[in-house]
Amino acid sequence: MRFSGWRVLREGLTGNKGWKPHWRDPEPKSEYDVVIIGGGGHGLATAYYLAKEHGITNVAVLEKGYLGGGNVGRNTTIVRANYYLPGNSEFYSHSLKLWEGMEQDLNYNAMMSQRGIINLFHNDGQRDAAVRRGNSIVNQGDDAEILSRERVRELAPFLNFESNRFPIMGGLMQRRAGTARHDAVAWGYARGADMRGVDLIQNCEVTGIDVENGRVVGVQTARGPICAKKVALAAAGRSGQVAAMAGLTLPIESHVLQAFVSEGLKPIVDHVITFAEGHLYISQSDKGGMVFGSYLDFYSSYAARGNLPMVEHTMETFVAMVPALSKARLLRSWGGIMDMTPDGSPIIDHSPIDGLYLNCGWCYGGFKATPGSGSVYAHLIATDRPHGAATKFKLDRFRSGVGLMDEEGTGAQHNLH
Amino acid sequence: MRITCPLCGERDRREFYYKGAALVRPAAGADLDAWHDYVNLRENPAGPLDELWYHEMGCNAWLKVTRNTATHEILAVQLASEAGLGGEA
Repeated sequence: MRFSGWRVLREGLTGNKGWKPHWRDPEPKSEYDVVIIGGGGHGLATAYYLAKEHGITNVAVLEKGYLGGGNVGRNTTIVRANYYLPGNSEFYSHSLKLWEGMEQDLNYNAMMSQRGIINLFHNDGQRDAAVRRGNSIVNQGDDAEILSRERVRELAPFLNFESNRFPIMGGLMQRRAGTARHDAVAWGYARGADMRGVDLIQNCEVTGIDVENGRVVGVQTARGPICAKKVALAAAGRSGQVAAMAGLTLPIESHVLQAFVSEGLKPIVDHVITFAEGHLYISQSDKGGMVFGSYLDFYSSYAARGNLPMVEHTMETFVAMVPALSKARLLRSWGGIMDMTPDGSPIIDHSPIDGLYLNCGWCYGGFKATPGSGSVYAHLIATDRPHGAATKFKLDRFRSGVGLMDEEGTGAQHNLH
Repeated sequence: MRITCPLCGERDRREFYYKGAALVRPAAGADLDAWHDYVNLRENPAGPLDELWYHEMGCNAWLKVTRNTATHEILAVQLASEAGLGGEA
């Protein structure tokens, strides 16, 4: 079933009776070439690119709940490629290019909106860092520009330009950044993978990983054992538990990150805007709600809900940045489970077990990575060599200390990112 | 979350700084793998976890707090100095 304007028109005139489920609901087979653990954005994108780019279609995605029920449905939908360090820079560049062609590629409306991101700066040091990062982004081949205070005021006149403590001196803008409809990204990749023969198996929790003589041979699941030549982890916040089934301990702590949505308001915020004081980031959804968040709660958590101190901090920062919206009412908030590495950058690599692959450590930045992660992970699984845009996401960098990618410069240590 | 400091009583989470898993520090001459385990690798359980919290805005004591990471329930608190985390000299 292809989506098109003509199809929408025809269905509208015939009672919308021709729409079909977007994917099958198959029983698991006894054996697959590749089993992917985790039916979130990254797992589904990996399955899609395995089938599309590498012709590997005897693939199952095993999901313990429902497709896209984890972090891909629990984020603030921001897409960008404004990283500084080699390793991250080329990877997110690769990912953003895939975002730009995704809807046509998937024939699926992901509501990709390149509305631009503006990172505000409030002092000379932040401005210097923004200029340096902007140059790095431009050298990578992506777009970045420094906005003056007056240019920021033209674009976002509702910001607090009267603050003495955090004066807005300008901003670093990336116009190709923006937002996308997060659920639709998961659904689009799911449909694309399913159409190419991948089995998407929901309500199928993996309960064990079978390893013989140092090589993975399959998985145990709530729906019976499944043999597999290769097994690929894509379990985000639950990576630690999944890896433990294979006897591996990862350099990951799972933390909670909260996000918030206000009631629907008339259009006011045209871009994604970040405030460099309290790490606040906001955008306005197409329904009018302010979508925003700030820091982790900063303690290990699997609760998928946070505590009030960080709610208070986030609201204070929001009101400090946009006093005009101080009377907006909060509609809802939620927490996602973040797989935090010591240096704040991800791992896409072989594991010490043959045929078992790792894709984890996305910290709080996994959504924008979704297409890139799927693309490079599929490449690694299919060819056993890292993709050119993801050569530095090595597992052993933590043990050796070589090649750490500490984007924030706070130190490669747990609880500092 | 509220933590009952053995010295100060029950206090708001905001008085405390979170360090992470409470692990036994390797001896100074331990090999790279022992330090890699200590510095980087984490069991990361969804359930009870021994953690280090610092009572930064109270008595400045380091605490070993046993907390359920799935529910945020605090199960036990003791002074880190009495928890035997220092390992060998």
